[in-house]
Amino acid sequence: MAERDVILEVKNLKQYFRMNRHFTVKAVDDISFKVYRGETFGIVGESGSGKSTTGRSVIKLYEPTAGHVIFEGKEITGKIAEETRKMLRTRLQMIFQDPMASLNPRKTVMNIIAQGLDIHKLYKTQEERENRVYEMLETVGLSREHAHRYPHEFSGGQRQRIGIARALIMSPSFVIADEAISALDVSIQAQIVNILKKLQKDRDLTYIFIAHDLSMVRYISDRIAVMHQGKIVEMGSSDAIYKSPVHPYTKALLSAVPHPNPGVERYRKRIYYDPATVNYNEGRYHTIKGDHVVLATDGEYENWMK
Amino acid sequence: MNEKILEVKNLKVTFKTHNGTVEAIRGASFELYKGETLAIVGESGSGKSVTTKVLMGILAKNGIIESGTAIYKNKDLCKLSKKEFVDIRGKEIAMIFQDPMTSLNPTMTIGKQIREAVLEHHVISRKAAKMRAIELIDMVGITNPEERYKQYPHQLSGGMRQRVVIAIALACNPNILIADEPTTALDVTIQSQILELIKRLQDEIGLSIIFITHDLGVVANVADRVAVMYAGRIVEWGTSDDIFMSPAHPYTWGLLASVPDMANKEIELYSIPGSPPNLMYPPKGDAFALRSEYALKIDFEEAPPVFKISETHYAATWLLDERAPEVPRPLFLQKRIEAMKKEAAAYGRT
Repeated sequence: MAERDVILEVKNLKQYFRMNRHFTVKAVDDISFKVYRGETFGIVGESGSGKSTTGRSVIKLYEPTAGHVIFEGKEITGKIAEETRKMLRTRLQMIFQDPMASLNPRKTVMNIIAQGLDIHKLYKTQEERENRVYEMLETVGLSREHAHRYPHEFSGGQRQRIGIARALIMSPSFVIADEAISALDVSIQAQIVNILKKLQKDRDLTYIFIAHDLSMVRYISDRIAVMHQGKIVEMGSSDAIYKSPVHPYTKALLSAVPHPNPGVERYRKRIYYDPATVNYNEGRYHTIKGDHVVLATDGEYENWMK
Repeated sequence: MNEKILEVKNLKVTFKTHNGTVEAIRGASFELYKGETLAIVGESGSGKSVTTKVLMGILAKNGIIESGTAIYKNKDLCKLSKKEFVDIRGKEIAMIFQDPMTSLNPTMTIGKQIREAVLEHHVISRKAAKMRAIELIDMVGITNPEERYKQYPHQLSGGMRQRVVIAIALACNPNILIADEPTTALDVTIQSQILELIKRLQDEIGLSIIFITHDLGVVANVADRVAVMYAGRIVEWGTSDDIFMSPAHPYTWGLLASVPDMANKEIELYSIPGSPPNLMYPPKGDAFALRSEYALKIDFEEAPPVFKISETHYAATWLLDERAPEVPRPLFLQKRIEAMKKEAAAYGRT
């Protein structure tokens, strides 16, 4: 594991939002993780846990309150050189949740997908621009005739493909997918996940996959971080998280997922979780096995491992 | 369990649009028994929401019920006038919607919104209505009902808001509750709380529930019976064991197979090829034939009739005709069903 190439490192990231004089929301509170090249790193948690904020801070949509984000060896927090910014805006891309809200309704698909190329002047002739868009459309399973239509003419699944095409035309090495499939039907979800997996293989992409659908996250991710109240409470390989969770929050979250199996559902017992019983602020990370870690105080850790 | 409370027969609904007529529902039949939960599953555009709108009498203006009946208490819901529907809607059949934020009025306290529903259908004093509203808030599991009565929707979390929506739906003691994707917008932990609440209320007041969802995990959790809808028709229905353990229609196979398999991460997810047909130009024959690798020649010519598999289990596919070749379920799906049976047996023991 140690020799694997780290593509993204997040160190002690804090993202606070000051609401007023008396009240500051600690959306992300001191989290650290590494993402290795070519893997899929899943982030799960309920709404308000800070998973989307983490994604947005990493890609510099927010300026972090404290901490460091190091992408491909370069620090990208704080003031950065124009050159680094350019590298960041091409090599790191994002796919958003709502495929309708994230596409400009007044632009054709051609102009939506080519916008990144336009900004960074990455083509020499109009023909080259068009050809790259056509090629990208075909890669994500659409056809070139679609380039001259507008977003409203497409179904949800097709729109999400346009979102993927727009992210991938910049030839990124790293893609953050923030709830990219949550708004889609089950059968369409499977299509999009297959496209994402295939592209990852073909182009050696690294993903951060943010979602609340735990079964899909398990399917697609190599490693998973479980977030709650701005903290990563448990992190490890997806098998470790699903088969031998340690943190009571992870257990509660997993026990809430309905199984598509009526025989199991009849007997499934939910585990309840009371955050008041666990002290997040005084906990430190305990290593359970390999890279499986859990946030706990020494006393809590002993209790959970019994 | 055997008393039919609602019977929908051969329902056909079309929508007139600028571009032509969309055949949204093309002959759907199903029945709802007293005290049961019937889950309707299907992709967007399969007609599940339109079906519920017919039952609530809230079909959009350009929607026309071409034919069919929906018998509830000897009345045909398809033929009721707007005025007659007032006595049914809310009072007899209530509905909860997907998005708890948009179904509540942001400028009214939640107490007032629940009280409004109570007053609309009962001749009681405002004070009594308030008491009833507080009782309802308590019933849906919100603590401090008197305090909550005075709060606005934005002061509540998503799960709480959905509880309020449920309280409004239950304000008039309906017999049938239609839940249109009530947990899709919620987190898994909140989702399981809401599902538990709905099941508890069903036991307490004997509701019959039509539950619309595309999440098969939720279906397995709540449903007594399942109807699978595709392109405006119900293609297969049966008890949830029938549908999950011995599915017969190729579309149901595809739907079950596209759920990620925990055990086999390396295998590519099965996805049903193509997309649902445009119902402005509904295909001849079986609407699923174009996407099905099991389609027979006759599937492209004639729509399949409904075949009876058992007392509870029916499916509309030519594969069940005695002249059709023997087509076994896809191997990996069969393997998964066996794994599911094992898993269920293991659970049953503990």
